[in-house]
Amino acid sequence: MASIQLDKIGKSFGAIDTIREIDLAIGDGEFVCLLGPSGCGKTTTLRMIAGLEQPTRGSIRIGGRDVTHAQPKDRNVGMVFQDYALYPHMTIADNIAYPLKVRGVAESQRREKTREIADVLHIGELLDRLPAQISGGQQQRTSLARALVHPADAFLFDEPLSNLDARMRVEARAFLYHLQRSRGMTAVYVTHDQAEAMALSTRIAVMCAGDIVQYAPPLEIYRRPATTFVAGFVGDPPMNLIAAQATRSDRGIALRGAGLGMSPLASWPALDRALDHGDRVTVGVRPEHLRIAAGDDASNEMRGKLYANEAMGPESLVTLCLDDGVRVTARLFGDAPVRVDGEVAFSFDAAQITLFDARGMRIAGPGETPST
Amino acid sequence: MNRRTLLSRVVFSVCAALLGAAFALPLIWFVFAPFNAHADLDLAFPAPPTLVNFARVFANGVAVGALLNSLLQAFGTVLLVAATATLAAYALARTPLRGKHVIEYVLLLFSSVVSGSAAMVPIFLIVNALGLIDTQLAVILVFAGGLLPTAMFILRDFIASIPRGYEESALVAGASPWRAFVDVVVPVLRPGVTIAAVWAFVQVWGGFLIPFVLLRSEQRMPASVEIYSFYSQAGTPIVPLLAAYSALYSLPVIALYWYVNRKYGFRFFGGIKS
Ligand SMILES: Nc1ncnc2c1ncn2[C@@H]1O[C@H](COP(=O)(O)OP(=O)(O)OP(=O)(O)O)[C@@H](O)[C@H]1O
Ligand SMILES: [Mg+2]
Repeated sequence: MASIQLDKIGKSFGAIDTIREIDLAIGDGEFVCLLGPSGCGKTTTLRMIAGLEQPTRGSIRIGGRDVTHAQPKDRNVGMVFQDYALYPHMTIADNIAYPLKVRGVAESQRREKTREIADVLHIGELLDRLPAQISGGQQQRTSLARALVHPADAFLFDEPLSNLDARMRVEARAFLYHLQRSRGMTAVYVTHDQAEAMALSTRIAVMCAGDIVQYAPPLEIYRRPATTFVAGFVGDPPMNLIAAQATRSDRGIALRGAGLGMSPLASWPALDRALDHGDRVTVGVRPEHLRIAAGDDASNEMRGKLYANEAMGPESLVTLCLDDGVRVTARLFGDAPVRVDGEVAFSFDAAQITLFDARGMRIAGPGETPST
Repeated sequence: MNRRTLLSRVVFSVCAALLGAAFALPLIWFVFAPFNAHADLDLAFPAPPTLVNFARVFANGVAVGALLNSLLQAFGTVLLVAATATLAAYALARTPLRGKHVIEYVLLLFSSVVSGSAAMVPIFLIVNALGLIDTQLAVILVFAGGLLPTAMFILRDFIASIPRGYEESALVAGASPWRAFVDVVVPVLRPGVTIAAVWAFVQVWGGFLIPFVLLRSEQRMPASVEIYSFYSQAGTPIVPLLAAYSALYSLPVIALYWYVNRKYGFRFFGGIKS
């Protein structure tokens, strides 16, 4: 296993900068997810690490060795492709053993290692079949086996679970988690599914339009999203974001927005500084931090018309439509049906909100030492 | 069933039968005549069937040698075309070369010139300058040159349908680009190469002008040229021998189609099931 460093990596296709400038340091044994919406450059980044795409700028090191211009075969990585890319003319056994075969491993040893990894992945009884003769989930495990059969320095996954049905995804996800942690593999994992990223990663790199907007452990990203983009991308459902106007008064700072009412906040330096640049802020509240307001006495609330009331079993999702058309969702735990109708108010705790400044950057909370 | 539809069915069946017979008769002649010692251009059941025509053909050393020459030229050309067309089509399909479609179409256009009669004089002059007149190599090279662009064109779509992920996963697995090509692309491409090879074989097998112009000695001529030795000086065919020789001449092509069909199965148009 080895570490991976991307140093000021950029990639242009023609005149278009697909990747602007990425710095990414992945430690030995880390599981890093590249998370972002479609077209933000996740696959391109992964392919540059694999050597299938040449970066236009910057350098890549694997295990300290500069591999920026090395051929894929000289990088010693294992990769699982989104569409699996199993060789249709080879049996499952030959598919799995291929990385060993090209490295000149002896036939007997090849067979032994193939059998070993196939048994781990529960495809041991399929070894004589062709890829067309096994199910999608089995193909996925075969391509995983092919990537894992050789002890590579790093493993690269491009949305390996996206072709599986919902149940198998969760199962395969836990399996990947277990596999990576038990083997101490260095892994880079591309996904646009935030739940997958949260579940698997030691750190998540959230990407947006060719940039990494935040690179931090999952809980850090969940608790302190760096921008409104990250806040709106992570979480299921994601953080509610409400535009608000801040006004200073001697009682503190009052935040007002369509349907949003809050008692004045005692200001703190970071907020003060942010407001110097503009009084428009965004108030973020996680759905799980919203409750149905008990009476009219709630000091912090959002009020709107009921839009949807979905009972999911262990939880209910209640969505309101605020005056300006913005929708906010509360996640209410418990299987009791939520009885609401017409105009509804959610209340929340001021300590649990996240504030973003006019540019969409997070404002450090009162207790934090602000980062630069 | 009312009378009208019955009538129309009868008319249709009769027409279809007549049409079918018109196509079948030459084939039936072709099956019977070689075994008929007194075959002429009429359709007749051989009485009794005999192999005497074949015996006389086999006694003719030059005619038998011509069949071997045909095999040599056909297999030589097929190997050359299959190898070069696969490599060229692959390179062209996988490199982001500007204007590669123009290159393809220009090649395709000129190939019909090269293999046609229009360019025979310059081709003869070139081959002559190379000192290759009256060699099998000249025939193979000229055939291959003429067939290569079309073979590339046939292979192009086959290659385009191979996901790049196959090669890329081989590259990441540790294979060199050449190794990935041999291990992954070539096997997947085999049906396409077979199509191109069979097509090239048939072109060479029936080709007349190129060997006729480039070869001098009778013992180097292929069957497509040598078949004219079964015409008398006056130009009338010696029908029984011609029939037997034609049967032998068509056997390899029939065998080839049979083999390909059994291995891959022809689809309606050109393509092959993989
Ligand atoms: N070979 C290429 N030529 C030109 N543009 C490309 C090429 N490959 C990718 N792009 C562009 O680069 C951008 C990023 O593509 P990429 O495949 O990395 O996105 P992604 O984040 O993996 O998206 P998805 O989640 O849909 O897979 C896209 O706009 C895409 O159109
Ligand atoms: Mg992608």
